[in-house]
Amino acid sequence: MEQAPLDPERQLPPAPLEPLGRSDAGLEATGGEEAEGSRDAGSGVDTMTENNFWLKKIEISVSEAEKRTGRNAMNMQETYTAYLVETRSVEHADGQSVLTDSLWRRYSEFELLRNYLLVYYPHIVVPPLPEKRAEFVWHKLSADNMDPDFVERRRIGLENFLLRIASHPILCRDKIFYLFLTQAILTEILWSSQIGPTEFYYSADSRLKALNATFRVKNPDKRFTELKHYSDELQSVISHLLRVRARVADRLYGVYKVHGNYGRVFSEWSAIEKEMGDGLQSAGHHMDVYASSIDDILEDEEHYADQLKEYLFYAEALRAVCRKHELMQYDLEMAAQDLASKKQQCEELATGTVRTFSLKGMTTKLFGQEAPEQREARIKVLEEQINEGEQQLKSKNLEGREFVKNAWADIERFKEQKNRDLKEALISYAVMQISMCKKGIQVWTNAKECFSKM
Amino acid sequence: MDMNSFSPMMPTSPLSMINQIKFEDEPDVKDLFITVDEPESHVTTIETFITYRIITKTSRGEFDSSEFEVRRRYQDFLWLKGKLEEAHPTLIIPPLPEKFIVKGMVERFNEDFIETRRKALHKFLNRIADHPTLTFNEDFKVFLTAQAWELSSHKKQGPGLLSRMGQTVRAVASSMRGVKSRPEEFMEMNTFIEMFSQKVNLIDKISQRIYKEEREYFDEMKEYGPIYILWSASEDDLVDILKDVSSCIDRCCKATEKRMAGLSEALLPVVHEYVLYSEMLMGVMKRRDQIQAELESRLEALTYKKADTDLLTEEIGKLEDKVECANNALKADWERWKLNMQNDLKSAFTDVAEENIHYYEQVSQTEEYLINLDSDLFLREDLDNNF
Repeated sequence: MEQAPLDPERQLPPAPLEPLGRSDAGLEATGGEEAEGSRDAGSGVDTMTENNFWLKKIEISVSEAEKRTGRNAMNMQETYTAYLVETRSVEHADGQSVLTDSLWRRYSEFELLRNYLLVYYPHIVVPPLPEKRAEFVWHKLSADNMDPDFVERRRIGLENFLLRIASHPILCRDKIFYLFLTQAILTEILWSSQIGPTEFYYSADSRLKALNATFRVKNPDKRFTELKHYSDELQSVISHLLRVRARVADRLYGVYKVHGNYGRVFSEWSAIEKEMGDGLQSAGHHMDVYASSIDDILEDEEHYADQLKEYLFYAEALRAVCRKHELMQYDLEMAAQDLASKKQQCEELATGTVRTFSLKGMTTKLFGQEAPEQREARIKVLEEQINEGEQQLKSKNLEGREFVKNAWADIERFKEQKNRDLKEALISYAVMQISMCKKGIQVWTNAKECFSKM
Repeated sequence: MDMNSFSPMMPTSPLSMINQIKFEDEPDVKDLFITVDEPESHVTTIETFITYRIITKTSRGEFDSSEFEVRRRYQDFLWLKGKLEEAHPTLIIPPLPEKFIVKGMVERFNEDFIETRRKALHKFLNRIADHPTLTFNEDFKVFLTAQAWELSSHKKQGPGLLSRMGQTVRAVASSMRGVKSRPEEFMEMNTFIEMFSQKVNLIDKISQRIYKEEREYFDEMKEYGPIYILWSASEDDLVDILKDVSSCIDRCCKATEKRMAGLSEALLPVVHEYVLYSEMLMGVMKRRDQIQAELESRLEALTYKKADTDLLTEEIGKLEDKVECANNALKADWERWKLNMQNDLKSAFTDVAEENIHYYEQVSQTEEYLINLDSDLFLREDLDNNF
């Protein structure tokens, strides 16, 4: 896989220029080792050789979540959850890790990071964040953002997000990503000073505009059209799947929990029975065990749902890349069109034939021919514009081709990742089902024994 | 093959058959076999009703033939039950299925309702046949053997209307007075019956609820499987595993269906029968009390010399016999009933447990098959590392 041209301002200089707070480091010594990581990514580019110490040498975790209260932009009290982001550097020889950075971030800051990545790496399928609000809930799960189970699952999702970035051959070297992990005060002001005050907003804004605009591209790359179609299908099918799965979970919960009622009644009934009493009592106990076992089972299944959700949101990221291609292609087509019409105008002026309609042409016809000097002047202006236009078109073409090449490389990487991950998710789902069955067999075998002793 | 009389269809689980034989204190050789089947709709100008075919096979001498086939409607069963209660007021007569189910708005002629009723009627007759006393009841014999017109004319016989009314009035009078001192063992029995009735009603509700929840789970699962197939249509690499997951879910659906069927056959009808039994038992207790109350009222009359002493004494003598008979009959039947109850419920719940075990075994088998199919070596190593 080839590397995208690295914007030196975005990317961190190669290690070990920035030791992570440890003087001795296996960092230098393991230069060769690290290069292995980057070579997997395939590079012939020098800047990647001693770098992916991100990949091998550091561990990132989002280890805690805490409720906070503070004042928001409108000076109103609000409650939010903050997450502790810890970075550890792993001592090579014995695998021990030392905490090098630790700071608290809230969800909105993660959003800022992601938006930044979206704007500045438009050819990359940027990993998605866990959902902002709980969706696809079944009745037991709370849709409340403050609910501890939701917070816990979000914590895991945020950690996963950072790990995905850290393991991406290009994104892992981003300076802002590094700052996100290490600089506590990460306000927009700080970011703007790194990037340029208006640049971030301008880009984000125009990108937003572009995403919403409808336009027609004449010759898009067919692969991107197919990809967009695929990402629509993926999004639709996974949403449907998650919705129905939630309903199935709800029903399963009902089946298990009702059995719990047996427990209570059996116990009361056993009080009036002489011979049957013991059997009833212990059978009732097993019914209680059965009923409560569903809680853990569904908790595990939630993990499967989260894995699917990640790819649901990835579909969005895929679409963004396709959209960017369309934008560039549209831009290119517009520029080519503009150039062609200028060339035509120029030709007409030069030969005196008027084929295209122009205001100047009309007025000339109505009010008389213009002077030859004026004509010459106009031709000269047009020729300059045409020259400029040709240069621009050339560079846009180049840009477009580069984009397609790099984007497609990342998309191939993404596809492999997706296939691997989803296969694993499906298999571990099956494993979960088996474990649920084993529990069921256990409980009912015990219950059967109790019944037969009645 | 030994025909298990308590099952409307054969064969039953081996477990319940063994238990059946153990607790049977009836004649060692079963000589009366009854089946209820073939519900048929009859339309007349006045009404529409269902009749059931009843086939009786017997080797008993007192029956004119060894095989009989008759058609009876629900009304006829009601009549039979009434006659049995009349003849044996303190025996535990098997319950009849309800007239109609108000809850759930089940139509009288709904297929499921008719089938459930048919099974219950089958059970009703067989329980009578297995009862050491009731099996020899004359009305029972007529019910099983008489043609339609014969039955009608037989029904018209018996104590006249006025005398029947007289009996009823006396019964009501004494029941209103209430019984003064119920013997200890019947106090215990009464307490048990009250508690039992409460619990079995709850169990009935819980079991119905479980069935409903399982059905709803099944409905959702049916929609779940096909989505994986839909997904597989847009994938290349994942096609196989997605299809496999889908077929796993489908097989899970089938297993759920089977589990539901098991519940509906093994547990629900049994529990429901005992709900009706508990109502029946309360009636039996009342009747016993009534008989005792009658005696007590006569004794009271003797004490206050309200009527002719000699006549009273004679009456009292008869009543004392009656009370003693009634009590003994009930005591004996009670023991028998309790044994059967334990046995029936035990085997019903054991069957349910068995169904559940079987269900989970089925499902885990299909899932294990999926894993073997779709993990290649690399992935399995991965799993080994993670677990």
